[in-house]
Amino acid sequence: MCTTCGCGDSSLVPVDVHEKILAGNDRVAAHNREHFAAAGVLALNIMGSPGAGKTALLEATARATGGRWRLGAVSGDLATDNDARRLEKAGIPSKAITTGQGCHLDAELVHNSLHGFAWKDLDVFFIENVGNLVCPAVYDLGQAANVVALSVTEGEDKPLKYPVMFKGADLVLLTKCDLLPHLDVDVATILDGLRRVMPRPEVIELSARTGAGMEAWVGWLEARRAGLPRGKGTAVHVHSHEHPHLHTHVHEHRHADGTVHAHPHGHEHAHGHLHAPGSEENHAHGGADHAHATGSGHEHGH
Amino acid sequence: MHEYSLVQSLVERVEALARERKATAVHRVVVSVGELAGVDPGLFQTAYDTFREGTICAAAPMELRTLPARWACPGCGGAIARGEVLTCPACGLPARLSAGADEILLETVEMEVP
Repeated sequence: MCTTCGCGDSSLVPVDVHEKILAGNDRVAAHNREHFAAAGVLALNIMGSPGAGKTALLEATARATGGRWRLGAVSGDLATDNDARRLEKAGIPSKAITTGQGCHLDAELVHNSLHGFAWKDLDVFFIENVGNLVCPAVYDLGQAANVVALSVTEGEDKPLKYPVMFKGADLVLLTKCDLLPHLDVDVATILDGLRRVMPRPEVIELSARTGAGMEAWVGWLEARRAGLPRGKGTAVHVHSHEHPHLHTHVHEHRHADGTVHAHPHGHEHAHGHLHAPGSEENHAHGGADHAHATGSGHEHGH
Repeated sequence: MHEYSLVQSLVERVEALARERKATAVHRVVVSVGELAGVDPGLFQTAYDTFREGTICAAAPMELRTLPARWACPGCGGAIARGEVLTCPACGLPARLSAGADEILLETVEMEVP
């Protein structure tokens, strides 16, 4: 009704919404996240370019953990279930999500993929996203962390060219490091780029082929599993309560000397801090935000 | 080209709002896109203008506002210049991104209600 004279004409109303356009996706993602947390499953969104080595990384993870954990995966691709079949062969129960022309996974696709898939019994659930350094970064899937695989063959300036993807990464895995002797690639330049797009750069250099660096990656997974609200691992695995030490150390190291390639050291440190079973509660992690001021925490020599 | 799927989400949201308020038409939508939201404003506009045909947004042009990304220290508030390392040189703290700079928000929908 027109408010000026009540003539019955319709009126123009500006409705303030101020809501995320992807609020619908975010709701489904929150639902997924609750499910994963309740079941004590560490769900990770694995992103990276096509050919960055995401599938090889997961195969190598199965080898490196040697059956200690129940791993599972869904693999997103425009076509074929090749990745899911490769992972099955590596001992990782997997399901393909074929997106057709879709350039990314969204929370709904992941949710639907869980139906008929025995994900609740898993320790770590990998969501292998569509190979793409752009679109997947925009969609929350309900993961506990974003892991970006960046291969050394992709060029030193990839972080600066795709800041959104790296800004959202909780961990960057620098893959195919066994190829470094054959390439004119300066790892320091890649790390410098990451520090300019990631406020909390965390990087592990590895090679799925030789296994170098895999121990640090498995250590990161262990720490993340210990941080789960109802992690199954806390009572079973002795490594599970290393999280605070590992993180403190890693951040300290980064702030102190300005480099970001300290993970193998961080992992060694973590192994030096095993505690008797039962002491987990004292080391429970407080939440996702674990910033550490320079100068606090532990001192370490390398 | 996730801009098309974003536009689809946008139009669905506008349709829902219009239904709630029994709107007879939508005249304008205002969307803000942060610089680090992962959306190309030009592509997003094109996607919207293509997709809105035949929807409730058919006669509703989109005003797209872009928000620049600014990084600053959460401790001392010092600005971190574009392209610099995202750690405060004074405090050593990780930089914090300005509000909205990584978001895509539906700000306002102008609709005709009876």
